[in-house]
Amino acid sequence: MSKLNSNIPAGELTQKWTKYKSSVPLVNPANKRSLEVIVVGSGLAGASAAATLAEMGYKVKCFCFQDSPRRAHSIAAQGGINAAKNYQNDGDSTYRLFYDTIKGGDYRAREANVHRLAEVSANIIDQCVAQGVPLAREYGGLLDNRSFGGTQVQRTFYAAGQTGQQLLLGAYSALERQVGMGKVQMYTRHEMLDVVVIDGKARGIIARNLITGELERHFGHAVVLGTGGYGNVFYLSTNAMGSNVTAAWKVHKKGAFFANPCYTQIHPTCIPVSGDHQSKLTLMSESLRNDGRIWVPKKKDDTRKASDIPEDERDYYLERRYPAFGNLVPRDVASRAAKERCDAGYGVGSSKLAVYLDFKANTERYGRIEASKAGNHNPDKETCMRLGTAVIKEKYGNLFDMYAQITGENPYETPMRIYPAVHYTMGGVWVDYDLMTTIPGLYCTGEANFSDHGANRLGASALMQGLADGYFVLPYTIGSYLSKEIATKPIPTDHPAFVEAENEVKATIDKFLSINGTKSVDHFHKRLGHIMWEKCGMARNREGLTQAIQEIQDLRKEFWADVKVPGSADEFNPELEKAHRVADFIELGELMCKDALNREESCGGHFREEHQTEEGEAKRDDENFAYVAAWEYKGVSQFELHKEELNYENIKVAQRNYK
Amino acid sequence: MSTGNMNLTLQVWRQKNSKSTGKLVDYKLSDISPDMSFLEMFDVLNEQLITKGEEPVVFDHDCREGICGMCSMFINGQPHGPKDLVTTCQLHMRSFKDGDTIVVEPWRAKAFPVIKDLAVDRSAFDRVIAAGGFVSVNTGNAQDANNLPIPKSKADAAFEAAACIGCGACVATCKNASAMLFVSAKISQLALLPQGQPERYRRVQSMVAQMDEEGFGNCTNTGACEAECPKGISLENIARMNRDYLSAKFISEEEV
Ligand SMILES: Cc1cc2nc3c(=O)[nH]c(=O)nc-3n(C[C@H](O)[C@H](O)[C@H](O)COP(=O)(O)OP(=O)(O)OC[C@H]3O[C@@H](n4cnc5c(N)ncnc54)[C@H](O)[C@@H]3O)c2cc1C
Ligand code: SF4
Ligand code: FES
Repeated sequence: MSKLNSNIPAGELTQKWTKYKSSVPLVNPANKRSLEVIVVGSGLAGASAAATLAEMGYKVKCFCFQDSPRRAHSIAAQGGINAAKNYQNDGDSTYRLFYDTIKGGDYRAREANVHRLAEVSANIIDQCVAQGVPLAREYGGLLDNRSFGGTQVQRTFYAAGQTGQQLLLGAYSALERQVGMGKVQMYTRHEMLDVVVIDGKARGIIARNLITGELERHFGHAVVLGTGGYGNVFYLSTNAMGSNVTAAWKVHKKGAFFANPCYTQIHPTCIPVSGDHQSKLTLMSESLRNDGRIWVPKKKDDTRKASDIPEDERDYYLERRYPAFGNLVPRDVASRAAKERCDAGYGVGSSKLAVYLDFKANTERYGRIEASKAGNHNPDKETCMRLGTAVIKEKYGNLFDMYAQITGENPYETPMRIYPAVHYTMGGVWVDYDLMTTIPGLYCTGEANFSDHGANRLGASALMQGLADGYFVLPYTIGSYLSKEIATKPIPTDHPAFVEAENEVKATIDKFLSINGTKSVDHFHKRLGHIMWEKCGMARNREGLTQAIQEIQDLRKEFWADVKVPGSADEFNPELEKAHRVADFIELGELMCKDALNREESCGGHFREEHQTEEGEAKRDDENFAYVAAWEYKGVSQFELHKEELNYENIKVAQRNYK
Repeated sequence: MSTGNMNLTLQVWRQKNSKSTGKLVDYKLSDISPDMSFLEMFDVLNEQLITKGEEPVVFDHDCREGICGMCSMFINGQPHGPKDLVTTCQLHMRSFKDGDTIVVEPWRAKAFPVIKDLAVDRSAFDRVIAAGGFVSVNTGNAQDANNLPIPKSKADAAFEAAACIGCGACVATCKNASAMLFVSAKISQLALLPQGQPERYRRVQSMVAQMDEEGFGNCTNTGACEAECPKGISLENIARMNRDYLSAKFISEEEV
């Protein structure tokens, strides 16, 4: 257990980070120039870290598998980013953001990390605005805010429904500026397939050039992963098609512990599945819950059109069950409530696996305000709807268009049909306060690590965490390690550890290409996704999880005996890329089920049917499970559990209550 | 739900690598659902090719939500296909008819060489951004965000320009393979904002120089780029860029 030291600095919570920053050893500029850092990932976490490290003077190499760093999955984030600015004067503060995040995470996150996150949140907004990120503004020229779930203040900054795009383009421009100055070397269409560990320290990576198929060895004094989340283990998720766990899984197999893998976030408002051809699911941002009301018919199996169901025959079940937070309860609560209604037979649409998200009431309300601004204090309904629609369009236009494109329905006229879908993974590579993994010199940032969100992430907090890690945390904490590495000369990449790692990767590739089975990689991915969704999804139980573990082990054997990977190793071969990813997803899936089985409680996104209150709410067991479950890889299907106890010194642990 | 009843003939550009010459190859597809996206239809094709022991078609894609800019097919002579303001990944088969023949080719431009089949190399765009598409501000130097009020109209206009997804459809559709719409969108975003002013003229000069160096063609004002841009980026941006470029020439060296 000695390996699991979270390295949280001593002292009072609010002073820890300030003291840390002023006492962390510094590296002088001349030494920085000879220290090389590898950053894998160019999303918010990776691009911000790579740019900032280069600005500080380190030599940086940055990798991504897309054709441009600007296309990292962060680009798709819609709704917004939190920051404790209190611009709305509604009582927000660093403490409140800290408190909301710990509570939203169902008391399964580290206090010190979360407090630091809340502290730097305000700097992120300043930084992004300085870069020219066009965040939404009010007529007075100041920044606008909206509300997100799990909070009662307005602290979410946004750029229409394209916040991730604008923030990433900001980080990307900072990164490209360093590329232009020759301080970052960018490797696009490259995939990291292993980490190289020498004398117990991370010293480089093996990457495949996806165009030529060539395997490359890259040295670094330190390696940073900002490789995103693993939601695609479910096959269908809101993640981009390429999002995967491979980088994180490879380092796990080389000694980095993997923490809380079972904590997955199922987002309540996504476009429902329309058929077997479906390749991904599309999110309808949480921000829509600001202005949309969620309901199902009060009558079972009601087949009437939404517009034909009168007001008093509608069940606004979130407002009914959670009057204090209403439609803005956290995601895990909202998702389970939707599942509960659909399972009970009140679902809508042809699949019956959907609920309505209705904008009518607020459209009318906005219309009335607009009319009144224009001097019309007694507008008719049609005028209200017309003016209100324009307001809704400005706020959410791109989301409404996307919905119309995908479903062929007009959401300005009929309510959206939505259903929960896999969206985000709170679990990930275990890191200490410095964001260092259990392999010295290997760091992990953004969605790929496990820190900050506990068992459930609040909306608009992933963008905040990714940028906090990359701009403001890692660039400091990595200094504490690198300051001790100034005497380390670059290790030549013909070192046996590099050769061995490359040979391992090559052997795996040769194996894939030689199986020559009968089923495509996607075939196995879909089957894995099905097992995970049914047995390790929104609700889990002992029996299902036990079965799932067996089924996944069988699937793994079948995959390695019968997968068909066409083409060769020395060319652009997307099927080969997918084969690596799915092979790793299968192994991860097994660990997720084992973690879910071990955690005999319900908390946040992890809902064990055996552990619920009479009202169907999640029932935690703080006595026995107030710990981070960090798993050590011990060989195929073998994982050893290490526990990091969570201590709450500043927040009183309580049952979450959104009523 | 899952299977539909559309039968289609696809003519798809197949090219082994950047050095080989390619050609259009015919494929028949049946039972396509109108609810499928265009790329899901390609997934079906690829699944069939793999099962038959043939090589699947390589195409770029990632988000499948119309935001990452990765997808890039030239469909029946139009980048991103027939619908306005829609990327290939957001195009759905309900936009086609049973029995249609659909021709699918890669982006074609000197600055975007084909890598394989439908995938092209758009790294020229990154290099244009690296030449000046940023505000030179290091992390940690920013003032409080609300110390700099920006009129909503300006912020909104900057946002509209910033909505460009870097897909390259504008280049692909232009007979000169000009990148003016893409480049001007970034220049406009920063020219409209106070943060972009200090480097405004320097930026336009270096980005335009890089654009020329990459081998993009000249703009002859045909407007095809605006018509095909999936994000509705306006030609006004090109006018703004041209104005700034001209002004930059008249501004003394030190100021630039
Ligand atoms: C549809 C959607 C909407 C969202 N909306 C919001 C929102 O409104 N607010 C919010 O806070 N959060 C939101 N999120 C969550 C948030 O977007 C993500 O958690 C966050 O962007 C992750 O950033 P990241 O930098 O950690 O990883 P990513 O952006 O996923 O980047 C991963 C990077 O790693 C690279 N990479 C991965 N593996 C390898 C490898 N093996 N080799 C080389 N490179 C590799 C990729 O190329 C990429 O550059 C949303 C998520 C989704 C799916
Ligand atoms: S201007 Fe339009 S077409 Fe050109 S790259 Fe940007 S989004 Fe694509
Ligand atoms: S795949 Fe991302 S825009 Fe089409």
